[in-house]
Amino acid sequence: MTSRGPPWYAAPANPSTDGVTVSSVTIGRRRRLRELRRAAPFVLPFVLLFIVVYLIPTGYSIAQSLFKEQRSGLGLGGAQTVFAGFGNYLRAFQDSAFIGSLGRVAFIGVIQVPVMLGLALFFALLLDSRVTTPGRRFFRIAYFLPYGLPGVIAALVWSFLYAPTLSPVTRLLSSVGVHVSFVSDAALPFSIMNILTWAWTGYNTILIFAALQAIPEETMEAAALDGCSGWKAALLIKVPLVRPALLLTLVFSIIGTFQLYNEPVTMKAVAPNLESTYTPMMAALRALSANDFNYAAAQSVVLGALICVLSVLVFRFSAKRVDE
Amino acid sequence: MTSLDRGHSALDALDAGDRATAVARPAGRSENTAAVPRPRRSRDSPLTTVSPASRVFVLAIMSLFAVYFLAPVWWLLVAATKGQGEIFSGNGFWFSRHFALVHNVQTLFEAQGGIYSRWLLNSLLYAVGGGIVATLLASMCGYALAKLPFPGREAVFGTVLAAVLLPAPVLAIPLYLVFSYTHVVNTFWSVFIPSIVSPFGVYLSRIYAASSVPDQLIEAGRLDGASELRIFGIGVRLMAPAMVTIFLFQFVAIWTNYLLPSLMLANDKLQPVTVGLVSWRELQGYPISYTTVVTGAFVSVVPVVAMFLSLQSFWSKGLATGSVK
Repeated sequence: MTSRGPPWYAAPANPSTDGVTVSSVTIGRRRRLRELRRAAPFVLPFVLLFIVVYLIPTGYSIAQSLFKEQRSGLGLGGAQTVFAGFGNYLRAFQDSAFIGSLGRVAFIGVIQVPVMLGLALFFALLLDSRVTTPGRRFFRIAYFLPYGLPGVIAALVWSFLYAPTLSPVTRLLSSVGVHVSFVSDAALPFSIMNILTWAWTGYNTILIFAALQAIPEETMEAAALDGCSGWKAALLIKVPLVRPALLLTLVFSIIGTFQLYNEPVTMKAVAPNLESTYTPMMAALRALSANDFNYAAAQSVVLGALICVLSVLVFRFSAKRVDE
Repeated sequence: MTSLDRGHSALDALDAGDRATAVARPAGRSENTAAVPRPRRSRDSPLTTVSPASRVFVLAIMSLFAVYFLAPVWWLLVAATKGQGEIFSGNGFWFSRHFALVHNVQTLFEAQGGIYSRWLLNSLLYAVGGGIVATLLASMCGYALAKLPFPGREAVFGTVLAAVLLPAPVLAIPLYLVFSYTHVVNTFWSVFIPSIVSPFGVYLSRIYAASSVPDQLIEAGRLDGASELRIFGIGVRLMAPAMVTIFLFQFVAIWTNYLLPSLMLANDKLQPVTVGLVSWRELQGYPISYTTVVTGAFVSVVPVVAMFLSLQSFWSKGLATGSVK
C-alpha cells in the first residue's frame, strides 16, 4: 500500500517561544541551543531516516536524470556517462510509449475516479441515514473488506475471474448466450477500472462516512425543523460539510491512478496483449530493467512532479471554491 | 441458526470495541472533540420518516453491491477448497462435492521445498517489525514537533507533510537507484529501511500529541527532575490510540506492498508473500498448480482480513481523525 495521510492539514502557526529581542540575542541563542539539544533525540532518528529514504533518492534521481550513457563509435567501447541537460526529459515527451501510458492512466482516472467517488458518497450518505439502520454494520464491513486484500492478490483473484475460457463468469455468461472477453484491447481499461473500483470504493465510503458522523446532531435537527430533510438535507447540508473528506479522497484517488502498477502487471498473466509500457510506472520500470537508469530516473521525476502539480491544483481549486 | 447467532455476537463484539475505544480516548482534549465521531448515533431527526417502499429499494441496492464486493472473496474461499483440476469446472461460486482445503494447504506448504512458509514469515517480519519501529520513530518525532519547541520545527513538519503527497511507488525507482549504488539491494535492509519511515505517522502523532498530552504533565515532570525521555515515556501512553492507528496503517502498507520488494529482492528466500505468489501465478499452472496459487492467496489474506475486522473501529477512528480536521 501507499502511505495514506491527510495532507491538507496546515500546522497552526505556533507563537514563537524564542522571544528574541535586541537586548537578549545571546540569551535567545543559548535557549535555541538548549531547545535543539532537548528535541534532537526525538526528532533526529526519524529525520535522518527520512533523509535517507526520501530526500537522497529524490535528489539522486533528479541528478541522474540529467546524465546519459554514451557509447563510443560502434558501441564496442565502454559506455561513458555524459551530461545530457534536459535531454532525457525531451526524450520522455517525444516517447510515444511514455506519452501513451500517461494518456491511458488519464483515461482510466477520468472515468473511474468520478464513478468510484460518486458511489462512495452515495453509500456513505445511505449508511449515515436512518434508511439503512438494519444491517448498517454488515454493509460497512462488506464494502470495506476488499481493501484488506493486498493489491496484487486482488488483481490475482480478478485475473482468474477475467481469464478467457477458464473464468467462471465468462462461462456463466456464455451459457446464456453472451460471449464477452474481459481482456481484449478495448475491454482492458474497463477491466482495470473495475478492479480499482472494487478495491477502493469501500475505503472511500468509510472515509466519507466518518466525516458525516462528525456533523453535529443539532445541525441536522435544525435543518429538519426548517423543513429540510431526506435527500434535500443530504445534498444541501451534509455534502458541503464533508467537503474536506471528499477533497481528500479525490486527491488520493488521482495519485493512486497515476501510480497504477500492480493491477496491470498481474493482469498480464491473462492478457498477453497488455503492453509492457501500459502505465507510466511500467514504462519507467521497463527502462530500469533495460539498464537505462538515467531515463528511468527522468520518467520517475516527471511522474512525481505531475502528481504533485495535480494535487496542488485540486487543493487550490477547492480553496477558491470555499472562498466564493 | 447457530452460525447466524455467532455472526450476530461477533458484530456485537465489534460494537463493544467501538465503545471501548471511545472510552479509551483521552478526555482532556478541547481542540478537536468535534472531530471524534460519537458511535451509535441515529443521524436524522425523528421528525423525518422513511417510507417502507424506499427502505426496501435502498436495501436492495445496498445488498446488490454487497454481493459485488463479496463475490470475488467468496470465489477465492470456494476455489481454495476444490481439488486439483476442479477449479475451472462446475460452478465457480459453489463448493464441489470433494472438499480438498486441507490437502491443498498441505500441498501449498510443501511446494518448492516449503518456500511458502518462508514467504509468510518474511511478510510477517517486514510488516510487524517495520510497523513497530515506524510507529516508535513517528510518535517520537510527532511528540517533539507538538510539545518541544525548537528552531526549524515548522520547516521539518512542512517537509514531512509534503512527503505524504509523494506516493511510495513513484519513490521506488529512486530508492532502487540509490540502494543499488550503495549495494544494499537484495538484502533484508533494502525492504526494511523504507518500511520504517512513515511521514503520515508523524503527521498523525503530532496532531494527536498536541491535543492529548497536557503541557502541565511535561512541566511537572521537568520540575521533578525527570529526563525528557522519561516524560515522553509517560506522555506516550496518552498517545496510544494514535499509535495503534499508525501501526495498523503501516502494517497493511508493508504487508500489501509489491513493487518495492519485487524491485529490490531477486533472492526468493527474502521475498514477501505478495512477490512470491505473483511469481507463481506467472508460471501459468506448471509446475505450481493454479489450485496451489489460489490456496496461497487465500491463506495470505486470512490473517489481514481477520485483523481488519477485529480492529475495524480503530480504522474508522484513524480515518476520521484524518478526514475531519
